[in-house]
Amino acid sequence: MTLNDVWFLLFILIIAGYLILDGFDMGVGILLLPLAHNDTERRIFLNSIGPIWDGNEVWLVIGGGVLFAVFPLVYASLFSGLYLAFALVLLVLILRTVSLEFRSKENGARWRQTWDVVFAAASIGLAILLGLAFGNLLEGLPIDADGNMTTSLIALLTPFALLVGITTVAMFAVQGGIYLLIKTDGELHARIERAVPRLLVTFFVLNTLVVVALVLFHDQITKRYVEDIWPVIFPAGALAALVAAWVYVRRGEAFRAFIASSAMIALLLISGGIGLYPNLIISTIDPAYSLTIFNAASADNTLVICLIFAIIGIPFILAYTTGVYYIFRGKTVVDSHGY
Amino acid sequence: MDAETLSRVQFALTASFHFIYPPLSMGLGLMLVILGIIYIRTRNPMWRQLSFFWVKVYGLIFALGVATGIVQEFEFGMNWADYSRFVGNVFGSLLAAEGVFAFALEGGFLGLMLFGGNRLGPRLWLFSIFMVTFGAHFSALWILMANSWMQTPQGYVVENGRAVMTSFSEVVFTPSFIPRLLHVFAASWTVGAALMCSVSAWYLLKKRNVELAKANMKVALPVFVLFATLNVFVFGANMAIEVTNNQPLKLASMEGLYQSESCARMYLVGWVDETTQTTTGISIPCLLSFLAYQDIHATVQGIDSFAPEPVPPVNLVFQVYHFMIDMGPALAAIGVLAGLMFLWKRRLFESRFVLSLLVLTVFVGEATITAGWWTAEIGRQPWVVYKVLMTADGVSPTLSALDVVLSVGMFIVLYGLLLVLFLYLLNRRIQEGPEPLEEVETVPMSSLPDTFRDIFSRRPRAADAGESE
Repeated sequence: MTLNDVWFLLFILIIAGYLILDGFDMGVGILLLPLAHNDTERRIFLNSIGPIWDGNEVWLVIGGGVLFAVFPLVYASLFSGLYLAFALVLLVLILRTVSLEFRSKENGARWRQTWDVVFAAASIGLAILLGLAFGNLLEGLPIDADGNMTTSLIALLTPFALLVGITTVAMFAVQGGIYLLIKTDGELHARIERAVPRLLVTFFVLNTLVVVALVLFHDQITKRYVEDIWPVIFPAGALAALVAAWVYVRRGEAFRAFIASSAMIALLLISGGIGLYPNLIISTIDPAYSLTIFNAASADNTLVICLIFAIIGIPFILAYTTGVYYIFRGKTVVDSHGY
Repeated sequence: MDAETLSRVQFALTASFHFIYPPLSMGLGLMLVILGIIYIRTRNPMWRQLSFFWVKVYGLIFALGVATGIVQEFEFGMNWADYSRFVGNVFGSLLAAEGVFAFALEGGFLGLMLFGGNRLGPRLWLFSIFMVTFGAHFSALWILMANSWMQTPQGYVVENGRAVMTSFSEVVFTPSFIPRLLHVFAASWTVGAALMCSVSAWYLLKKRNVELAKANMKVALPVFVLFATLNVFVFGANMAIEVTNNQPLKLASMEGLYQSESCARMYLVGWVDETTQTTTGISIPCLLSFLAYQDIHATVQGIDSFAPEPVPPVNLVFQVYHFMIDMGPALAAIGVLAGLMFLWKRRLFESRFVLSLLVLTVFVGEATITAGWWTAEIGRQPWVVYKVLMTADGVSPTLSALDVVLSVGMFIVLYGLLLVLFLYLLNRRIQEGPEPLEEVETVPMSSLPDTFRDIFSRRPRAADAGESE
């Protein structure tokens, strides 16, 4: 295992951390309008994520910084090549951040409703954009001999990428729904409990379609699983985690269901990563132009220094994040002080 | 305009807008730590009431800082892809460290800071406020380190058109790093204290929350005076020496000095005509020589002596620099005046004139710190990595002008809206003033955990018991 392999794995885990954590607060945003029927319920939704969502978004910032440091050629090509898509990502990230903060600062019903709609729309938008980006990575992008790509926003909207986008929305809705089961009680809890199994089924169907489409149209991703059988444990594990999430939801064990759906997200991302390996961006112009974890990486000494940062820093983050979640454990109550 | 010019406009716009918030996060954070310490020592509920008030203000400032900060991280790749490819090894690793070590700390503890008043005892609440504030400073440290490497790059070699690190410690401790760090930190503390002075002075003028405002002023004013003064006479003066040593062309541009001069003058206000290469204005003889070399007879190199090196937009650099050096001492003077008025039988609290000046300090402070940042960044042009990579060579090769027009338009509309909402909500919060403690404390303080052991002990907390209500 080379240093580059270690970083590929670590990068996937950081992004998995982001999807698991910001995934549930995006999910809460996705479910805000359909499942929370009045201001009190919406406040319960928002306050369930209020104190912790900032810490969740940290993983995106770390992911961005790590990509810049460790695979700078991918960072540069991807962000400049998908320029307008990333501009939209920034737009929804900003709107999500400020709508949560602005909402509570005024009491008017119109004001609060407006920011609720903004928060919900931005959450859905972010989920779709992340899915679109991942879908396009699986399909490959037009990287040229210089490592650049020129593509338009419209060209990114392939049927496959759109399918991945919608699947991502469903995945985060599941994750957010299960999180809300931990955080709510009473009638609201019962309503969410009815919705989550339906969301799980929807996600399962959509994700199956993604897999089928990959097998039929994108064998550059699936061929690794044909060549070598052991990587199949990752998608199989994801399926097992999905079933486990279902069972735990049925049994009313929300916390275990949350662990299961988190594991599912991580395993799905790893499965996709194995399909890409050792590529980070597959070139659709000529496979020789693809950006890989070797030709797009920084020099070894930078990789070592960043690895030291990660080894020192990430356990700390995990420790205090766990502490913070512990302090805010229990069902969410709303008082005059929250969002 | 082409994609490059538009990308410059966008970066200037987004960075300047972002830069409104981090100095306030650092400075106000420091002030909140001080308020927390005073409360724990005195147990006077007044300080706790002030903490509740300022933490809410902090939440608003922090939200805007985070929202606009992510833009900065993404923009390097989006608009400056060739720059990113060139510096990834060096600059990227410092940004990654910022995320892992510093931003994670801020983001992780922010929830505890914002909601800690009713979740944690005063000591642990103070601890979480300290951690967020520490994170904000630590974050600024990495960003300044990365930026200082762009100003005075070292510890790298260029291989295959990319900068590769040769010494991490040289990358960290570039010659401009520590002087700039001290200058920016002190400026941030000045601005944070100015916010408190400004709001307190406003209350005193309006005869609202008078006792609280007096108490708050007594804490904030000394911090403001101390750092506003130090920043002019110590950290700012030190920066002049640093720039003289490392970027003498920048120094000459800041003063519009075209021909080398001994006993070089320093302008208070002026105008540089770049076509005729003349600078006119009101100046103090020999002061530049003194500030640069601590010798009034020393020769300061003029812009001409660096030919054929490319030159920044001299008049723009001159103007933003002079705004800073005029306003910095003005802030210190307001602070000293207010301090003397306070010592003189507390007359400060009755003097409408001095209080009005204090109200202005936060606005002037923000403008001054921004002008200082512009001086540093525009003074380095046309280089993005000083004397190594031109800004024009760093732009993304695939961008079309239309792409950037769309994104610039988006940012102008979005940031305009955010600024209006930010000021509106900040004003609302200030007009409402600190709420009575009975209203913000929803949980009796005695029931809250105040040591790490309390947190992890299994005894039911009052907060949980209250849920069944």
